[in-house]
Amino acid sequence: MNTSDSEEDSYNERSALVQSESPTIPSYNQDHDMSLPQETDSKRVSGHEFSFLSCLDEPGPVERERASTPDGEEEELTLKYGAKHVIMLFIPVTLCMVVVVATIKSVSFYTEKSSQRLIYTPFEEDPNSVGQRLLNSFLNTIVMISVIVVMTIILVVLYKYRCYKFIHGWLILSSLMLLFWFSFMYLGEVFKTYNVAMDYPTLVMIIWNFGVVGMICIHWKGPLRLQQAYLIVISALMALIFIKYLPEWSAWVILGAISIYDLIAVLCPKGPLRMLVETAQERNEPIFPALIYSSAMVWMVGMADSSNPGSADERQRNEGGARAQEGVESEDDAAQGGRRRYSAEEDLEEDRGVKLGLGDFIFYSVLVGKAAATGGDWNTTLACFVAILIVSVSTIIYGSVMYRLTYTNRDVFLMFKVYYACRV
Amino acid sequence: MTLAVFFGCAFIAFGPSFALFVFTIAKDPLRVIILIAGAFFWLLSLLLSSLVWFIAIKASNSQDLTLQRGLLIFGVFFSVLLQEVFRFAYYRLLRKATEGLAAISDDDGSAISVRQMAYVAGLGFGIMSGAFSMINILSDSLGPGTVGIFGDSQYYFITAALMTLALTLLHTFWGVVFFEGCEKSRWWVIAAVVSLHLLVAGLSLLNPLYEGSLPPVYVITLATGVWAFFSSGGSLHSLSALCTRRKAEGESS
Repeated sequence: MNTSDSEEDSYNERSALVQSESPTIPSYNQDHDMSLPQETDSKRVSGHEFSFLSCLDEPGPVERERASTPDGEEEELTLKYGAKHVIMLFIPVTLCMVVVVATIKSVSFYTEKSSQRLIYTPFEEDPNSVGQRLLNSFLNTIVMISVIVVMTIILVVLYKYRCYKFIHGWLILSSLMLLFWFSFMYLGEVFKTYNVAMDYPTLVMIIWNFGVVGMICIHWKGPLRLQQAYLIVISALMALIFIKYLPEWSAWVILGAISIYDLIAVLCPKGPLRMLVETAQERNEPIFPALIYSSAMVWMVGMADSSNPGSADERQRNEGGARAQEGVESEDDAAQGGRRRYSAEEDLEEDRGVKLGLGDFIFYSVLVGKAAATGGDWNTTLACFVAILIVSVSTIIYGSVMYRLTYTNRDVFLMFKVYYACRV
Repeated sequence: MTLAVFFGCAFIAFGPSFALFVFTIAKDPLRVIILIAGAFFWLLSLLLSSLVWFIAIKASNSQDLTLQRGLLIFGVFFSVLLQEVFRFAYYRLLRKATEGLAAISDDDGSAISVRQMAYVAGLGFGIMSGAFSMINILSDSLGPGTVGIFGDSQYYFITAALMTLALTLLHTFWGVVFFEGCEKSRWWVIAAVVSLHLLVAGLSLLNPLYEGSLPPVYVITLATGVWAFFSSGGSLHSLSALCTRRKAEGESS
């Protein structure tokens, strides 16, 4: 989820940040928030084998379901994710990929080789010598990943020392750049491709409105669909920039390396992302800012009532959530390999939403976009698309199952707990 | 004109499967997932078989045309066999999943039956197979160009679309029949499905003699459709009930 660009980085990190410029709505139920974790903790019994589709059942409003183990023992299980949530993720991911592929296929700007490179990939790929090219792509990857690691650590440090203003400023700056500068560039290229005559005053007005509404929607309040649309658009823009400026082989190696890094960063006890999450948890601060794509809107005031753990109501609400993280993915024409992904879940009375980090949108779109750009073949693109969908399904399922199976690992469980419904 | 050909062929090839998707699958997320997983399984089978063919091609003399044609035929048949193997593998996977579902589903009535899964899996295979056959042709049909300018048949696009449609429907029907055969352990059904698939693939090799390939394939499609209908529990009685009383009963796909 961490990519090179600082904006991207901050978007991903923002996910672990506090702060709510997010809309706050007083919750109806402030008491259930802390109760569930203790209960689920004590009640869950591991050892029940589930086939991966078992958690696809869409749970009803009462999320606890009773299931019998092979030895007849009854256990309470909370099904985190119904198939509905998987579908809720399919649609924005598909939309983002469609936007990226459509742009790549029609606007030639993003597939043109440019001598310009990002400073994060300083080594030039020489098309003549295979060995040299491979070496350079690995070096580029090392540079890029180190940049990401450094950025993440800086962010964790900033967060630990409560430099919220600085982080905020950084994020606002990065979304400003995305919403104004990159969309201006994008629009310019589209106009060039279709030979549309456009004057500056009109353009300024369009970009200004687009950008300001975007800033408001993303960082403050806005209609849910509009916010989702903006998040998809900025993910697509970011992915297009990466597709343009990353050299071919480096792009593929980086994609693989980022998955591995993410896995490490989230799972290792000293991993930066994990530390971020745990710090936020300790401080009882809300985690999800507006830069995570969320499929349901209602946010609840939460986590404030940690002094009231015992007041569980009969509606044992499922607090579950697991963290989105990326696993290893090797991408060929048809990607295989497992990813591990935990998506956070929003806890609502009527509806449960799913959250996915923007970095994932970008990651997927870069993959599919690169596939579309490198070959004129639509089959490759389609194959990558289907593979990505399968991978998201299996990681969400795996996350559900894993979270159940690893409840004894207190750390991991804590990490999951953190990503509950957006508490503001 | 190219746009007309593009849309025409796209609708011919994908219209029915899109309609099936919208009306029977889109509402239920579980079915969507099974569909995508089915598509993925087909993709895997294609990937493996094309790998084999590719290696064979690279290892052989590229100038020898009859050899290349022979390798193509071998590739096609090997791919058909592999697709059926993966269909069986998907069946086993779904069966395991049903057991898991049955173990935990209590009040949730949205569990899916094997017949529904058979239909969805078959449709997944069909959609993916059709998409892979057709999208490159569709993107070429947007032009510019003239079909058959070098003496080839001018009916290329439309016959490709019709063939794709037939194959999509066939995969759906085969899925239904295949799963039913596996459930009831009727191995002759499986053998029949495999041989039908081989027959259809072989017929497609007769192209560009389109009269030789399309009508027989459509006859086979109709026959398989009827077979699938009766195999999944439909009957003449339910058909007449549908027509006379306008009551939708538990019919087949």
